[in-house]
Amino acid sequence: MANVIKLKKGLNINLEGTPEEKFVNVKEAKKVTLVPDDIVMCTPKIVLKAGDAVKAGDEVFHDKQYPEIKFVSPVSGVLEEVVRGDRRKVLGIVISNDGKGTSAKLPVIDPKTATVDEIKQAMLDGGVWPFLTQRPYGVLANPSLQPRDIFVTALNTAPLAPNFDIIVKGQENDFQTGLAALAKLSKGKVYVGAAASTTIPAVNGVEKVTVEGPHPAGNVGVQINNFKPINKGEIVWTANAQDVIVIGRILNGKCDFSRIITIAGSEIVAPAYAKVQAGASLADILDGKVKHVEYKQRVINGDVLTGVATGLAGSLNFKGQTVTVIPEGDTTDEIFGWITPGLNRYSTSNTGLAGLFGLFKSKKWKLDARLKGGPRALIVSGDWERVFPMDIYPEHLYKAVLAYDIDKMEQLGIYEVLPEDFALCEFVDVSKNPVQQVIADGLVKLRKEME
Amino acid sequence: MKLNDYINEKIDPLFQKGGKYEKLWSIYDSFHTFLFVPRHTAARKGVQVHDSVDSKRVIMMVILALVPAALVGMWNVGYQHDLALGINDGWFMQFLYGLVAFLPKVVVSYAVGLGIEMAVACMKREEVAEGFLATGLLIPMIVPVNTPLWMIAVATAFSVIFAKEIFGGTGMNIFNPALITRAFLFFAYPKAMSGDEVFVRTGSALCNSPIEGTAVVDGFSGATPLAAVADGTFDPVTYSTMDAFLGCIPGSIAETSTLAILLGACLLLVTRVASWRIMCSVFVGGALMSAIIAAFSENAPTVAQQLCLGGFAFAAVFMATDPVTGCRTNTGKYIYGLFIGVMAILIRMFNTGYPEGAMMAVLLGNACAPLIDYCVVNSNISKRAKRVNA
Repeated sequence: MANVIKLKKGLNINLEGTPEEKFVNVKEAKKVTLVPDDIVMCTPKIVLKAGDAVKAGDEVFHDKQYPEIKFVSPVSGVLEEVVRGDRRKVLGIVISNDGKGTSAKLPVIDPKTATVDEIKQAMLDGGVWPFLTQRPYGVLANPSLQPRDIFVTALNTAPLAPNFDIIVKGQENDFQTGLAALAKLSKGKVYVGAAASTTIPAVNGVEKVTVEGPHPAGNVGVQINNFKPINKGEIVWTANAQDVIVIGRILNGKCDFSRIITIAGSEIVAPAYAKVQAGASLADILDGKVKHVEYKQRVINGDVLTGVATGLAGSLNFKGQTVTVIPEGDTTDEIFGWITPGLNRYSTSNTGLAGLFGLFKSKKWKLDARLKGGPRALIVSGDWERVFPMDIYPEHLYKAVLAYDIDKMEQLGIYEVLPEDFALCEFVDVSKNPVQQVIADGLVKLRKEME
Repeated sequence: MKLNDYINEKIDPLFQKGGKYEKLWSIYDSFHTFLFVPRHTAARKGVQVHDSVDSKRVIMMVILALVPAALVGMWNVGYQHDLALGINDGWFMQFLYGLVAFLPKVVVSYAVGLGIEMAVACMKREEVAEGFLATGLLIPMIVPVNTPLWMIAVATAFSVIFAKEIFGGTGMNIFNPALITRAFLFFAYPKAMSGDEVFVRTGSALCNSPIEGTAVVDGFSGATPLAAVADGTFDPVTYSTMDAFLGCIPGSIAETSTLAILLGACLLLVTRVASWRIMCSVFVGGALMSAIIAAFSENAPTVAQQLCLGGFAFAAVFMATDPVTGCRTNTGKYIYGLFIGVMAILIRMFNTGYPEGAMMAVLLGNACAPLIDYCVVNSNISKRAKRVNA
């Protein structure tokens, strides 16, 4: 059987500010911030105090539940501050970067000859274990388990996100090392989902799955559901191509946590790719790149579907791929939205001419952050299904989560989804429901209940 | 100062928390959001951009789709009046007559329904949902022209409170509120809902008081064709199907013209506001059942007549396709539609107590929709369960 997933359902949101395939320079990060909240359900235990000197690769904190999972500093310098919020919750750990790049000595691991334990240890100590996501729930992978399979997505279909082909180019060696290591960790196989046109080289011992279709085809959850769905009781680990490269780098002895991201969106002067340090402040990354305008802009740590509007004060997500800047739109008064022909209003719905004539596909759109409607109970049916390419009834699952009916949630496939899979449902929703948040809260609650 | 700035700076604060009229915020918000698209922006987490479509726009499409049927219906009210009195004062006067007969019903239905909805929204400090904007127009369109206004008011109030608000408002109701209104009228005031005298207005346009010097022509009967079907006097051979298709037969105000209803159907289908799965399968179900009955009975209307007569087409296009009360799974929609189509004709032909079955069929369909969805979703559930055991 050829490994091909062809998806028809879904939607590519055609936004202004698509990154050009070139790299721009970014100011070196003076500070990096590690945000434990970037990892779902991670409770940090900080091992350093403010004022401690750190080298790149030194442990800064570890997870309380799995103390062996370490989070390391990506740069060398001094731990400046631990920012805490309500009930002393750790919001961020700020490390000033001395720019010297002194790093801890890392062992070089050859995944072909190394044992599973050696690979695990190197990944845990090197601080790259958190790049693995465990499904169900989308949490830190439990190092003492062996997953049924490991799925790596090398296809990025999210709006304005970087093309993995460009990221892997020049880092093939690290990518291969990373994949070879994952192959050892998996009970079953390692599958790499990529487009048919991909330039990413094939790797021995790893199975390639060709994925075709609009977003969310690149979501690893969608690929798993269409290829080899997760059943109750099974666990699967996932990662994306960029994270596999970082894993490979560490195993190759290079302590380098930098990432290639896109700086994109309609408010960016020249949208492009950039190499940045994980945890770098968005203010540094965007310095001199944002258009000067009179209205308010929204700085998103991530893409427009799953990102967080942290503003310039935020710092690049641990697994960040994109920084997007769009207009906030909170001072826009659009008149008679319910009846205007809608040539200039982005909509996939045929109730406006933009949807009817397919302009939402053919034209580039500058979208702001408005909801453009009030919250309502679910009225229209069938819209979510059009953008949800999984063998799951999204609306029924959503309602089961709202009601927190655990049996129904299990039966309808809660273990196969993460909030990101519902992002497009939330985008097209006529009733403007916070779909991702509901799913996310439901997953957290469910995991606490099940463990 | 521009209007939007004036509203945002001067008027808006009055209705916000702490403002002078904060209790009326829901009402203010419903008007404000009709004037301007709301400014609220996405939460910090979650989807940061949204599709422009909202419930207002969707409901507006339904209202636009109802316009052709309403216009032809109004004209037909005047036309039937002229036929009954044996006069002809031209299509425009006929339309005006119908307009005067129809408008007060619309006003009453909206005033009562929206009044209740707004009061409830203010109590809950929620936004006013738009659902009733469609319901409020549907109600006067599906009642006989001679229905007294107070009956419409009572029935609308009953339906909005007991069929909708107690379930939690728009989106939560089990039964179609417009049809509940109709059913309430049908059972509470049966004399005003059926018979030969309710579907044609012979008196003055506004209140049906007798007009001096006029009399109905000899041999006039205000009976609808379906009444003739029910009492066995219907003759499918001589009956003009074209009249039923175009809408110049007696009937509830806007249900008569199948052509106008189909125009509305086109809009609903093109905009994808109504499900083609439901709409088509109601017609298919109705046609199938009609064909079966026509094959066994000589006096039964033909398939085309069945689909054009009474409220069948109206129910198929505007009632069965209500997404809230219908099936929500795609597979379920086919079954739901077929069920309604078959039941509408069955009730019409075999229950002499109800000359028309469309209303009952859709309400029955509403009641069964959750069960149909349950079965459809269960097949997905059992597929998932089998995967575990395999």
